[in-house]
Amino acid sequence: MNSVRNVYLFPYVVWIVLCVVAPIALIVYDSFFDIEGHWTLENYEKFFTPVYLKMTLSSFWYAFLITLFSLLIAYPTAYLLTKTKHKQLWLLMIILPTWVNLLLKVYAFLGIFGTFGLANAVLNAIGVGTKQLLFTDFSFVFVSVYIFIPFMVLPIFNALEELNPSLVDAARDLGASAWTTFRRVVFPLTLDGVKAGCQAVFIPALSLFMITRLIAGNRVITLGTAIEEHFLVTQDWGMGATIAVFLIMIMAFVVVLTGNRR
Amino acid sequence: MRRLTWGNAYLLIVFIILYTPIVYLLVYSFNSGGTMHHFQGFTLEWYKEVFQDTRLLMIVLNTLIVALLSALISTVLGVIGALAIYYVKSRQVKNTLLTFNNVLIVSPDVIIGASFLILFTLAGIKLGFVSVLLSHIAFSVPIVVLMVLPKLQEMSPTWIDAARDLGANEWHILTKVILPFITPGIFAGFFMALTYSLDDFAVTFFVTGNGFSTLSVEIYSRARQGISLSINALSTLLFLLTIFLVAGYYWISQKGSRLYGMWKK
Repeated sequence: MNSVRNVYLFPYVVWIVLCVVAPIALIVYDSFFDIEGHWTLENYEKFFTPVYLKMTLSSFWYAFLITLFSLLIAYPTAYLLTKTKHKQLWLLMIILPTWVNLLLKVYAFLGIFGTFGLANAVLNAIGVGTKQLLFTDFSFVFVSVYIFIPFMVLPIFNALEELNPSLVDAARDLGASAWTTFRRVVFPLTLDGVKAGCQAVFIPALSLFMITRLIAGNRVITLGTAIEEHFLVTQDWGMGATIAVFLIMIMAFVVVLTGNRR
Repeated sequence: MRRLTWGNAYLLIVFIILYTPIVYLLVYSFNSGGTMHHFQGFTLEWYKEVFQDTRLLMIVLNTLIVALLSALISTVLGVIGALAIYYVKSRQVKNTLLTFNNVLIVSPDVIIGASFLILFTLAGIKLGFVSVLLSHIAFSVPIVVLMVLPKLQEMSPTWIDAARDLGANEWHILTKVILPFITPGIFAGFFMALTYSLDDFAVTFFVTGNGFSTLSVEIYSRARQGISLSINALSTLLFLLTIFLVAGYYWISQKGSRLYGMWKK
């Protein structure tokens, strides 16, 4: 028995060491080197200057907005989906767009938000007039929310499905209004789904760099954009690694905060 | 009743918003006007352009090879990993392994990409096909583990005991008892790994170097230059492929659950 266990354990642990532990250790290690390869703490000093702190804060702010709007749209969607007749089919319809390459969806918005695109045609039709939509904060948040909605709907839908409907009936029988039932019974019981959804949205929202690059031009800089820029454009791996270390810490924090499921 | 209609209207709007960009892409792939506004006339010119673009076809081929190879290898590794976690007795060790397993799933792509870039540079692996393949294997393994492990846990441990009592050796137990039972999980893991690999952009973008490109990276660099309707044509073709894959995945998982139902009786 023991020998069998080791046979499986060995390759798996090798994978863990090579692909999980080593890369993260290397990121931390690299964050202590400057661009010329000298050992230094300068990167961390630089991170605490207003430029980087402001970027971190704005990245947080955008991720927060994206998570909030995704939640506000996804919760009612998930709730209404559980009330439909063929709910598994409708759920599949919500998930299907996630199988389309993310870049293609973002690319589609280049057309929709363009000066002569669909969005401006609609705005013209309702009398608002043509607006510059591409390369604005609005378009960045909109496209991100669009991308993340299915990832928010799925865990909330599952949580709502697990909810025992007799609890809702009991609350209504005992005289609670629809809103009170939702606030005191339904929402607390589906909180795990909400947390899982927020985790699935917030972390990528901090780090996706292709949406900002394609849709927001250089107006919005997130932690992900900054890391990409340091690694692939300015080649300052040390500083990029330092930002990555902070992103990992934030990620760990978010996972712990939204964790404690089961 | 009135509330229900409001609800349906809300759902309808959500669905319209979800599908507008996709339909938009598909419709304009037939636009002879060459822009993503003002539909001028129907043409298949962009599809012709896609099929005549040998560089693009090579990239599609590369993407498929990377996806299939990485899905195959990561499925093998993932099954081994799931078995390793399954056989570990101590709960603490089990949870530690699972935590390490999940690190790559919650990690943002930029972190995975940047850390693998450092790793490959340090290990002296030339950026290109090999580095892309290795990184795709790396991030697909934990997904396969998570798809296979629940199947293993569904399996009654008495079966293994019974097989051993009847004189089966470890290899027989694996191939005659365990693997047939977890086959649906293995297929689900393989398909997930395949789609993750096909879909990945950020990690590939970091470790791809010059010369080698996958479809996502190519779409990104083309989209950065502005609108070109051959991307639309390409996306229509990819969308059809996706539907095909989803259908395949559901067919297999349906078949799997039916087989499982048979076993349960």
